[in-house]
Amino acid sequence: MAEPILKVENLKKYFPIKRGLIGALKGEPHRFVRAVDDISFEVGKQEVFALVGESGCGKTTTGKLVVKLLEPTAGRIYLEGQDVTELKTTEEVKAYRRKVQIIFQDPFSSINPRFRIFDVLEEPLLIHGIGETKAEREELIFKALEMVKIAPPEDYVGRFPHMISGGQRQRVAIARALILNPTFIVADEPVSMLDVSIRAEVLELMKELKEKMGVTYLYITHDLSTARYFSDYIAVMYLGRIVEMGPAKKVIDNPLHPYTRALLSAVPEPKPERRNVIKELPIKGEVPSAVDIPPGCRFHPRCIYAQMGLCDSKHPELVEYEHEHFAECHLIGKI
Amino acid sequence: MAKSVLEVNNLKMYYFTNKGVVKAVDDLSFTLKKGEVMGLAGESGCGKSSLGFTLMGMPTPPGKIVSGSVKIDGREIVGLPEDVLRKEVRWQKISMIFQGAMNALNPVYTVGYQMIEPLIYHKGMEKEEALDRAQKYLELVGLSPDIVYRYPHELSGGMKQRVIIATALLLEPEVVIADEPTTALDVVVQAQIINLMKKLKKELGLSMIFITHDLSILAEISDKVAIMYAGKIIEIGDSEKIYYEPAHPYTQKLLASIPRLHEDVDRLEFIPGQPPNLITPPKGCRFHPRCPYAMQVCKEQEPELKEVDRDHYAACWLL
Ligand SMILES: Nc1ncnc2c1ncn2[C@@H]1O[C@H](COP(=O)(O)OP(=O)(O)OP(=O)(O)O)[C@@H](O)[C@H]1O
Ligand SMILES: Nc1ncnc2c1ncn2[C@@H]1O[C@H](COP(=O)(O)OP(=O)(O)OP(=O)(O)O)[C@@H](O)[C@H]1O
Ligand code: SF4
Ligand code: SF4
Ligand SMILES: [Mg+2]
Ligand SMILES: [Mg+2]
Repeated sequence: MAEPILKVENLKKYFPIKRGLIGALKGEPHRFVRAVDDISFEVGKQEVFALVGESGCGKTTTGKLVVKLLEPTAGRIYLEGQDVTELKTTEEVKAYRRKVQIIFQDPFSSINPRFRIFDVLEEPLLIHGIGETKAEREELIFKALEMVKIAPPEDYVGRFPHMISGGQRQRVAIARALILNPTFIVADEPVSMLDVSIRAEVLELMKELKEKMGVTYLYITHDLSTARYFSDYIAVMYLGRIVEMGPAKKVIDNPLHPYTRALLSAVPEPKPERRNVIKELPIKGEVPSAVDIPPGCRFHPRCIYAQMGLCDSKHPELVEYEHEHFAECHLIGKI
Repeated sequence: MAKSVLEVNNLKMYYFTNKGVVKAVDDLSFTLKKGEVMGLAGESGCGKSSLGFTLMGMPTPPGKIVSGSVKIDGREIVGLPEDVLRKEVRWQKISMIFQGAMNALNPVYTVGYQMIEPLIYHKGMEKEEALDRAQKYLELVGLSPDIVYRYPHELSGGMKQRVIIATALLLEPEVVIADEPTTALDVVVQAQIINLMKKLKKELGLSMIFITHDLSILAEISDKVAIMYAGKIIEIGDSEKIYYEPAHPYTQKLLASIPRLHEDVDRLEFIPGQPPNLITPPKGCRFHPRCPYAMQVCKEQEPELKEVDRDHYAACWLL
């Protein structure tokens, strides 16, 4: 891994669940959604680190913690050595937000529909006081649009978001993130809502920007194929924890954790010859709620290898099984 | 050879909006054999759902079937009066799993009520009989029959989708149209649902039209595949042909844009631009503004579907 730019240590985010009046009067205990439950990872400079996993496993929450849209319940986040959780004043937070940007899944809702493309891109400049005159800002805006291949920019700046395609809208969202010249971008499912043909275009663009501008990405996705294609490292999350992490190819081609194996076996591939064969899915049931997390290994109720007496009571530690390749499973290397 | 359960010929269904005529289903022809699954793919807005609704004899307003023929089990359904369609065709001959239906279940009614209500009101079935039938099909799709007494919010996404599938099967239709049945689901649940549909295909000899924009999912179940672009089928053929010897530039590009799980790909290909609007689609080949091989003739004349191989057709001037 390249020299780390982002370090996340023992990060937790618990959301309290409202008890309701009766529950409160009865003195019922506070309950929590353990959305992110003690995760640690490092992201190398100019690399892509993917967080993958099923819906509700805590990917977006992790991303929001990293960009400081949420405050952690516990744990530390360091960007370029600086402790992000210690940033308190509005000035400090503002300076941080300039360096770390987030792109959301939905290009339709992440852009204000009443703003013209010009205003969409001017807003962050105004917030951060970049560009003294309108002309200076215009230059920056045109440059950012050209960067994401919305060209010629003068044809687009006057349009409203509904007057451009979904792929173009997502590229405008990327331009808005880029215009502040960030060092780090959290891309939360940036292509999931786009058509395949356009998806590839946006991924290629993000890849190119990584090389040209030296950006580092935290790439959040539920799609293992794009994770393998776009990322250097992959972390697989399950119910708030990272259960496996390592170089993308190792995780995909030599998965250690039973959950990763199950996910991989479920990924559809464009190969029709097995269309009449029922697929083996080495996993039971569906994801339980993040409120009632199973004891021991939290994957045990769904794991086909689970050993009762061990897996249902003792929590497995995350271990480095081979160079840079980690997993938390009592039976690591034995299955 | 298995007989055809569905024959579609030169079908046109247009939306007559005040902005103009949207040619969403524009001269489609294909056949579906008993026990066969035809996958239907194409980018958002190309007309996949519109075709589904049209085959059900219920184009959404302001849509109207303009011309063409749809024969189910040999019987022409285009032009049948609405009450005949409702009594004799829809749901018992052909049924549909609507796009997003699992999220449209009504939260205030039990699952059972929602499943059998149409049977009682439209088909005049007794409540007991309808409930029995609902429970039988819930079991077939891998759910407990007690689900009839539950409310939608008590079910997971995968369970809801199974309920929707069971509902589409209640009247034992010959043909089921499944419109994006796995799109909002997580990958594991998605694979479980595909397994279920494979099982139904085999055990019930069901014929299906499986609609999705995701060519990887489509390959998991389809015997043949039709690729739509801007209201037209531009390529159709056996799955192996489509995936391994695609003839149309659009199909080729679509396949090259998919990242592969176990293969190293240096660069993904993509198709620049976006699909055209269907009110004023480009003249000639509708794909020409985005096609890297476009020639003069492509801008002027529309290519017809041409047989490139046995049971494999594509519409392109290069062929
Ligand atoms: N503001 C909140 N208040 C309470 N619970 C929350 C909040 N935000 C997220 N959660 C819960 O935390 C868990 C993790 O959610 P998160 O959005 O991080 O998942 P995700 O992995 O991004 O899922 P998806 O793939 O569906 O986007 C879920 O159980 C979710 O319901
Ligand atoms: N009721 C309607 N009135 C007018 N136009 C419509 C109507 N329904 C759909 N359309 C238009 O017809 C075209 C085809 O739509 P359709 O919903 O069939 O596409 P689709 O291939 O199913 O797309 P998706 O993948 O997004 O579901 C689109 O241009 C759409 O905007
Ligand atoms: S610790 Fe046990 S239950 Fe958990 S993944 Fe490993 S084998 Fe399965
Ligand atoms: S007909 Fe012409 S424009 Fe259309 S796909 Fe073929 S080469 Fe391309
Ligand atoms: Mg999310
Ligand atoms: Mg549709």
